[in-house]
Amino acid sequence: MKKINIFFGGVVAVILTAMVAWFFAHRNSFAVLNPEGNIGVQQRDLFFFACLLSLVVLVPVYTLLFFTAWRYRASNKKATYKPKWTHSRLLETVWWGIPGILIVILAIITFKTSHDLDPYKPLSSNKKPITIQAIALEWKWLFIYEDYNIATVNYLEIPEKTPINFKITADAPMNSFWIPKLGGQVYAMKGMETKLHLIADKTGTYTGNSANLSGEGFAGMKFRVRSSTEKQFHDWVARAQKTSNTLTYDTYDELAKPSTNHKETIYATVDSKLYSTILHKYMPHSSGQKTEKSKKYHSDNHTKTDHSHTEAQHNTHEGMHH
Amino acid sequence: MLGGGLAAVIGLTYFKKWKWLWKEWLTSLDPKKIGVMYLVVAILMLIRGGVDALMMRTQQATSVDGSQGFLSADHFQQVFSAHGTMMIFFVAMGLIFAVMNLLIPLMIGARDVAFPFLNSVSFWLFVSGMMLMNISLMIGEFSAAGWLAYPPLSGLEYSPGVGVDYWIWALQLSGIGSLLSGVNFFVTILKMRAPGMTLMKMPIFVWSCLGSLILIMFAFPILTATLGMLSLDRLIGTHFFTSDLGGNPMMYVNLIWAWGHPEVYILILPVFGIFSEVVATFSRKQLFGYTSMVWAIGAITLLSFTVWLHHFFTMGGGANVNAFFGIMTMIISVPTGVKVFNWLFTMYRGKVRFATPMLWFMGFIATFVIGGVTGVLMSVPAIDFQVHNSLFLVAHFHNMIIGGVVFGIFAGITYWWPKFTGFKLNEKLGASAFWCWLIGFILAFLPLYALGLMGATRRLNHYDSTTGWQPLFIVAAIGVLFIAFGLMLQVIQVAYSIWKRKEYAVDSNDPWSSGRTLEWATTSPPQEYNFASTPQITTRDAFWEMKETGKSVFGKAEDIYIPKNSATGVLIGITAIGLGFGIVWHIWWLVIVTGITILALLIQRLSTDDTERLLPAKEVAAIEKAHGGITA
Repeated sequence: MKKINIFFGGVVAVILTAMVAWFFAHRNSFAVLNPEGNIGVQQRDLFFFACLLSLVVLVPVYTLLFFTAWRYRASNKKATYKPKWTHSRLLETVWWGIPGILIVILAIITFKTSHDLDPYKPLSSNKKPITIQAIALEWKWLFIYEDYNIATVNYLEIPEKTPINFKITADAPMNSFWIPKLGGQVYAMKGMETKLHLIADKTGTYTGNSANLSGEGFAGMKFRVRSSTEKQFHDWVARAQKTSNTLTYDTYDELAKPSTNHKETIYATVDSKLYSTILHKYMPHSSGQKTEKSKKYHSDNHTKTDHSHTEAQHNTHEGMHH
Repeated sequence: MLGGGLAAVIGLTYFKKWKWLWKEWLTSLDPKKIGVMYLVVAILMLIRGGVDALMMRTQQATSVDGSQGFLSADHFQQVFSAHGTMMIFFVAMGLIFAVMNLLIPLMIGARDVAFPFLNSVSFWLFVSGMMLMNISLMIGEFSAAGWLAYPPLSGLEYSPGVGVDYWIWALQLSGIGSLLSGVNFFVTILKMRAPGMTLMKMPIFVWSCLGSLILIMFAFPILTATLGMLSLDRLIGTHFFTSDLGGNPMMYVNLIWAWGHPEVYILILPVFGIFSEVVATFSRKQLFGYTSMVWAIGAITLLSFTVWLHHFFTMGGGANVNAFFGIMTMIISVPTGVKVFNWLFTMYRGKVRFATPMLWFMGFIATFVIGGVTGVLMSVPAIDFQVHNSLFLVAHFHNMIIGGVVFGIFAGITYWWPKFTGFKLNEKLGASAFWCWLIGFILAFLPLYALGLMGATRRLNHYDSTTGWQPLFIVAAIGVLFIAFGLMLQVIQVAYSIWKRKEYAVDSNDPWSSGRTLEWATTSPPQEYNFASTPQITTRDAFWEMKETGKSVFGKAEDIYIPKNSATGVLIGITAIGLGFGIVWHIWWLVIVTGITILALLIQRLSTDDTERLLPAKEVAAIEKAHGGITA
């Protein structure tokens, strides 16, 4: 028994050391710990602060665990043995109290940072923010640049040091919009708009993804994010506006059909009401057309919406799933 | 799986054991036997869920760039959905009910549970859910919508197949079983304690089960209702959780976590109880800070209903809402931390023996505190936004479930094994198995923390090599192999110990010689009536006191009424499989027939008065004498 424990204890120590060494050597590849946007930086700092705070509990626990185990091992005849010593008001007050104080500290910080880093809170900057509508589709991301009348699929070009206001929705199962290098995520849900405010501190290329399972092509819902200088960004916008692709209701319906690993695409002109149409097509209507019952949910789904395109779009779902 | 089942059937037929199996086990109302059956089912399902894990990690270790791995996206998604469902509902829950059945009546000095027949029904509903889920392997498909099946993905529009229905009905059947068990054991603890055992004299394991049972009674109805509504959406076109016509998928997410978070504590609380018993016994000391422990359990029970929103800070709740649930979550870490310190101080000034259960305890503390810290990290909403739904989260909850629930159950099995079999398990194999699990755990889950921080989301069936994730996924897969090896060693350990059972036989009812609670007072294995006479309790740790003072809490053997076997539970379970299958496949005649059959079986049983038989005191005394029991 003893030999087994010593042998395997050694193995565990070697593995842990090797792992920590590997993590340290690769510390630059941890996107969340090396963010390049102010929101991500604040979240990272908070992460490290909470880690440090936890050491106040971790260190005593590990020390006590190994110390008591060694000191009070049955074979140690010198150790005190007090089987009836089962209560100490002082000690118990200490370990209700000290973790309690830590949690009070952390709670105050939590309250403050929940407000400071609320994804819905617009970022203050002397630069005019850019608004991007992000729509999760099966299984790609559609980005509409509200102010520039362009749209992209699975590609995001943003200027550095400029606040980006994301308006997020889905025309698909629930997804989560996440660019780890820039900061935390928010869900993308049908018929609802969520918001996220991010900023890139420098130029660079990052990866974005969907963090929430949304069906077969979910793993391929990643996109490239390029943060460029302001001039590069405006050049890119100008080039994009000259391309021949247009995003109308019809091309949208085609795009919204399930597809995997969709290639990066740019659309020059976009129907300005497209986003709000997508957002509102799941909203209930006040007119009393809801009574029609059908056994299959999806056969009567959406038919009450007054945008003619939704039916066509919907049929593509049926085609896919039957 | 199929092969194993076939081998079992052939074996039973060849050795003519069917009648024995039916009479001694399947129809038994003895909670100890029902506990063993829970254990067997849960361990078998652990192996199945483990195979799922192995498939997932193999896929993720190999599916890079041009290679798509050996599983299609849909198949991969079914596998992880099945893995999570299996492990929580049919492994962890099964293990928890196993220890509750085996130990609660013994520890409170009772002969039985409050409602022995109901207990059998609960078990067989658990089995029917398990069977239904396994049937989906062969007929049709399983859900690919994740273990909690969020709509709209789990709605008909995106999941038109039978997979989600299998998921719903497997959980409905076993969930109803769990709820009934919750009520049964709650009443057992409150009404059937031996005279003199006030609440504050109960073993801490029973206290922790009480917390868990209260959670079951309040949480499982939410699950049943939520699954019911999801099912209605799918079956008759209602709009509870659809995206349109007033339905609201966010409501589902709230409801499922209003059950789901307490569920975590339903699993972990009894395990805290197991460790409390183990650490005291193997430190030859009484538990440190009993009153603190009770308050901690109470606090955890209450608080666990106030934190569910921390599972979806990212859904866009306001800053105040997120902050509230974040803070409530971190408050739970205080009573949990208190328990850790109380355990450590139970060892302090004790005589600590490192038998296998104690190794599991050490491994538990060493890993669990890491999981606790990562949990607190994620309870800060602003941090959670960056790790939510990443592999960091996956690492965190496996940290809690494996380092906590699984290690705890293994500690408990090794600790109580001699009580229920009369012989000990081989220690060398046990220790080796522990180390394989620990090494496997470290290899399988520390890389996931790293991967999460690298931006790897969970549930990916494919990724690019430029991410640099592959080496870590390979290490994680190797970790799973170590765990599998550990599990294999445990199977060998049990088989070997059974073979050598004469050599390992215990010569006393108190084989660890420092037992404190009542179960160590009776014979190993205990007779079906547990105790020849009802103990009269005056102190906490009654058996320890009895050994100290030499004053027995037991009296003369008594006349004992024992519940007769009943086949009704088994029949209800089998019929319920048909009911679930009928709903999944829309075979309405089958639904009607099985529904009526279940009703008829219940009416028949409930109108029977002849459910008990008498064991006269004389016979009890004779049995006790033959087995070395304690009577005055």
